[in-house]
Amino acid sequence: MSKGTIRNLLRRDKRADRVVPPTGFTAQLTLFVSGAMAFLAVFALALSLASGRLADRWASELAGAATLRINAPADQRAAQTEAALNVLQQTPGVASARALTTEEQADLLSPWFGPDLPLDALPIPQLIEIIEGEPGLDAAGLRLRLSAEVPGAVLDDHTRWREPLVDAAMSLRRLGWVSILLIGGATAAMITLAANASLAANAQIIEVLRQVGARDRFIAGAFVRRFTFRALFGAAVGTLLGMSGVLLLPEASDAGGFLTGLGFQGIGWVLPVLIPVLGAAVAFLATWSAAQRKLKELS
Amino acid sequence: MGAGVIELDNISYNYGGGELLSDVSLQLQPGSFHFLTGPSGAGKTTLLKLCYGALLPTSGRLLAFDDDIAGMDRDQMALLRRRIGVVHQDCRFLDHMTLAENVALPLMVSGRGENGTQENLTELLGWVGLGNRLEAHPPELSGGERQRAALARAVILSPDVVLADEPTGNVDWEMSQRLLHLLIELNRMGKTVLIATHDLSLIRAAKSQVQARVLRIAQRQVQLAGADL
Repeated sequence: MSKGTIRNLLRRDKRADRVVPPTGFTAQLTLFVSGAMAFLAVFALALSLASGRLADRWASELAGAATLRINAPADQRAAQTEAALNVLQQTPGVASARALTTEEQADLLSPWFGPDLPLDALPIPQLIEIIEGEPGLDAAGLRLRLSAEVPGAVLDDHTRWREPLVDAAMSLRRLGWVSILLIGGATAAMITLAANASLAANAQIIEVLRQVGARDRFIAGAFVRRFTFRALFGAAVGTLLGMSGVLLLPEASDAGGFLTGLGFQGIGWVLPVLIPVLGAAVAFLATWSAAQRKLKELS
Repeated sequence: MGAGVIELDNISYNYGGGELLSDVSLQLQPGSFHFLTGPSGAGKTTLLKLCYGALLPTSGRLLAFDDDIAGMDRDQMALLRRRIGVVHQDCRFLDHMTLAENVALPLMVSGRGENGTQENLTELLGWVGLGNRLEAHPPELSGGERQRAALARAVILSPDVVLADEPTGNVDWEMSQRLLHLLIELNRMGKTVLIATHDLSLIRAAKSQVQARVLRIAQRQVQLAGADL
């Protein structure tokens, strides 16, 4: 189908559009389906974009840092910490390294043990935060050196945490896109059903139009325009409602975690605008193909 | 064969397992006037449908304006139907559209619905006596008004041929005479007219006004009717 054909099919002609009766259950069905599907598509899109952002954030935040844990008896802990910091200072790929203070360690544990944790009375290992720099940390080499010089040191380069988290976020993103594809497919199926019902209900009108010399393109165009513009309107309303729902979600915060970040950011706000356009395109193709089949069947 | 606007050459048509028309040959010359008569169920409507391509013959060759209908695609068929105006007994209007819109339908579908349409439409509806009913909807019209509107729709594209299937079937004598007069006027304008009817009084009334050829379908064949009508 050429661009010219598509333009001609979509060019509004009030008189030509009158040949298809304006009422019927297919009108309500098309409006409802495209509205509901657009509403769901907004949330699927928001989920997908938020998952993508989360995966990127987790990947970059955890990839740029490592943690060194000093598991040593209390009387050796300070000495081993000092030795470990010395080793780290001489290690290529370490931008900075510092031992966490007692208060910082207490803050890390307070979500699990409460705020009044008697840290001094517990055998808590000393944590050292490592920020990676160029040319990147050689974790295996550092482990070898630490095992020789600081026997109580355990290096955690976050790989064990990062990979499953990033995988989970990427899976969520894929799930969002699969949902959008399914929504598109379901919309196409429902509009095809509605168009078929409308074409069958108007078989006598099609016969009259053919009788007076109408080409199939004219007849199909009247149905295609009707369904395309209905789907566009329904999807626009559904998208607006969906975006309002997303706007009403709480702001992203550390306390809320992932769920409060389920929204659009920056250029992401423009993407939902494409949903009504895609909905109309799906309706156009579904109706055009249904009309071609039905008109062939009726000839 | 040749020179006929519509030519049927040994046409047969089977319907419901039986042969309804058998080896029918017929030629409609430009500007000629024909009646097609015969008992109900003889195949008058079928023959008309064959003439405008709504049905395809089971065997034989059917030419319209020198083109074989069997070889036409759907677009070509649409163009052919713009040259053949058809008046159905049941009129076949779109009830949700006004009379003016229904009559102008052939103009709209052929993309000729702009320049001077309204004037031509008013003039045409005036010709069939419906100039004051432009905005009426088909269900509001009487039988005679519907038939005249159907005739107006059939001729709005100025077709070469007008086919009428029992055009006076649902109207009184006075109205049938009025419709006949309109069809005769069209013939005088050079249109080929074929009227399928079982109303012999209509044929007798026409004979004094126009040189008409009367065809009768009997025993699956089309024959020239004798002087006994």
